[in-house]
Amino acid sequence: MNAPAQPVLEVRNLSKSLGGKLILDDVSLTLNKGELKVLIGPSGGGKSTLLQCVHYLHRPDRGDVFLEGRSAAEMGRRNICAFRQEIGMIFQDFNLFDHLDAENNVAIALRKVKGLAKAAALARARAELDRVGLADKADLFPAQLSGGQKQRVSIARALAMDPKVMLLDEPTSALDPDLIGEVLNVVADLARGGMTMLMATHQIGFARRLTREIIFMENGRIIETGRPDDLLAPASESRAAAFCAKLTELLGH
Amino acid sequence: MFDLAYYQTLWPRLFSGFWLSLSTIIPAALAGLAIGVVVGTVRGAMFPRFLVAPLNAYVSLFRGTALVVQLFVCYYGLPQLAMWLKPFFAARGLPELWRIFYLSPYAASVLIFALCSGAYHSEYIRGAILSIKKGQFAAARALGFTQAQTFWNIIVPQAARRAWPGCGNEIVYLIKYSSLAYIVTFKELTGTAMTLANSSFRYAETFFAAGLYYLFMTTLAAWIMRRLEKAYAVPGFGRG
Amino acid sequence: MSSASFSLSGLLSSFSEAWPTIGYLLGGAGTTCILILAAMLIGLVMGTVMASGQVYGPPWAGRLVDLYVWFFRGVPILVLMFLFHFGLAGLLETAAADLARSDLAARLFGARLNLRPRVSPFVSAVAVLGLCSAAYQSQIFRGAMQSIPVGQFRAALALGMSRRQAVAAVILPQALRLSIPAWSNEYSILLKDSAIAYVVGVSEIMSRFKAVASATHRYLLLYVLAGLLYYLLTAIGVRLLDRLRRRVRTPGLGESDATGY
Repeated sequence: MNAPAQPVLEVRNLSKSLGGKLILDDVSLTLNKGELKVLIGPSGGGKSTLLQCVHYLHRPDRGDVFLEGRSAAEMGRRNICAFRQEIGMIFQDFNLFDHLDAENNVAIALRKVKGLAKAAALARARAELDRVGLADKADLFPAQLSGGQKQRVSIARALAMDPKVMLLDEPTSALDPDLIGEVLNVVADLARGGMTMLMATHQIGFARRLTREIIFMENGRIIETGRPDDLLAPASESRAAAFCAKLTELLGH
Repeated sequence: MFDLAYYQTLWPRLFSGFWLSLSTIIPAALAGLAIGVVVGTVRGAMFPRFLVAPLNAYVSLFRGTALVVQLFVCYYGLPQLAMWLKPFFAARGLPELWRIFYLSPYAASVLIFALCSGAYHSEYIRGAILSIKKGQFAAARALGFTQAQTFWNIIVPQAARRAWPGCGNEIVYLIKYSSLAYIVTFKELTGTAMTLANSSFRYAETFFAAGLYYLFMTTLAAWIMRRLEKAYAVPGFGRG
Repeated sequence: MSSASFSLSGLLSSFSEAWPTIGYLLGGAGTTCILILAAMLIGLVMGTVMASGQVYGPPWAGRLVDLYVWFFRGVPILVLMFLFHFGLAGLLETAAADLARSDLAARLFGARLNLRPRVSPFVSAVAVLGLCSAAYQSQIFRGAMQSIPVGQFRAALALGMSRRQAVAAVILPQALRLSIPAWSNEYSILLKDSAIAYVVGVSEIMSRFKAVASATHRYLLLYVLAGLLYYLLTAIGVRLLDRLRRRVRTPGLGESDATGY
């Protein structure tokens, strides 16, 4: 069991249709401990749905997800909640709870799900906010935070649950360009700290620097996977390279 | 409760009450809507204060007190006012004028329903007029519309759409509250049901059947309102 | 009708005649307040459960709530009062009396009981007003719940909360805050509807003013005073709810300053 390449998360043959349209078509991948893999590809290609199915927020039509060898498909409803607790999820549009200030946004799941006492939960929440550089914003409400700060609170909220894996669904695509950096820095810190992560993003430059494997998705399928330098090399003639070239052309950097 | 034979004798006997209910609801709804449009427009469209203030008082009076109280004041209270005013009128050569304060149960019901309903309508209409964006007026003026043209071509079409859901809902309310005519002794649907129940002692069945009559009216009315709303819907133009 | 002249003294003597009954009359306001507080509470609890079921429950729960709301919003309160108090309450009383006299009671209590349980007018009125208010409140809460972005519900699930926990900890606290203006509207409607309870014999404002009016023949005075009392209670309740709204206000959540008047 303690083999060096023990996968933390294993996704096997996931398929999912929504509204009669096939969104995910037989997708498989594995994440080993401490690995960061990056999903790229055009919008509507299935990245978001894949992450949500991995999290069982959408129940896949076929296939299974294994977290440290335990099958999600075989879990009952109660166990699915525990399963989700062990996987952190970061959403594109933050989804902070609007009626709670930053520290209570982080603390509420600690109290309700993990059953921590209020004081302990708040202490932990403040520690996590400190980790993402927001110790001084603990008592501000979502409406009083910038987009980048909101996303950092949402990362703190996920981290507080001690997740074994983090799923990040385009965490910077709802942000103004000048706020992207602060969120990416937090993600980079996590990667360096050995967090296992699966991240969908359009930030190709960032992905190149930090990941050893890029997964290119289109039309619900994994088309290509590989090391960024191989996959994205201008000479590689891969679909991923073509996509990134187009993206760079569009954004002008 | 489930004696079907009894229900079969109930339907036709409640039917006369149903017609009497409609005969209060329809004039009260039309008059109420008319009152609401006039009062709501005056209150919403920046008329001078001496016009708006009394109308505000009227609306808040009818919205702030119970309909039961309004009916009682009108039916039992006004005749007393007439007694006080009788010498006053007589002294001014109008010896018969006091009689207008003696209202029949039917007249008292329709009057109060119309006034009360008009107060609520006027709120929706006022709100709808106030919700029209300033830019719409500016644009109309820029195109050379006169005030009257702006009113009929820009304000009315927008305000009507905004106010309609609320006003339609108010008519459904009116249908239900028309049952209160019973308390001023007007024998409409509820009163008819009470007479029938008192003679048969089958209160549950009789009032259940009367309830179904009302349910039919409110459902039909709500359905018509929704159809109209859909027929005139404009994409992206919210209820505001 | 004793006062035949249009004069101030007539009005004053009206007052002085009605004055000794003032305690009795104002006591009616107490009954009315308890009546609508109980009804609002029933409506709040049932309405929250129904709205949660409709928004986050299975499809059949939604249809059941629709049916309930359709019935209670489509039938007049007066008819429901009569139906419940003269019809259903009688059936309930008979059923309970039969049960007390049955073999089951004999086995449970060691004797057949000769009880004649009564559903009081007050209980009937609370039940009817509460059930009606539940129909309206469920739709208020439903609207509020649906206005909260789905993402927050998903984020709560993502943190490992169960659906029930997510509704209770994330959705309801926001939905209830957003509902306060509509709630204050519901209060003023319920207050006015509560006047109908006099028809089944609840000793609230209307019934007491009516009794004194009949005894003294001061119809106009007493009904106008009753109207004032309702007006006052509406204003007080709306103020209190607005104060509550300010107290629980959260930045960025339902910031509009509507008072629900």
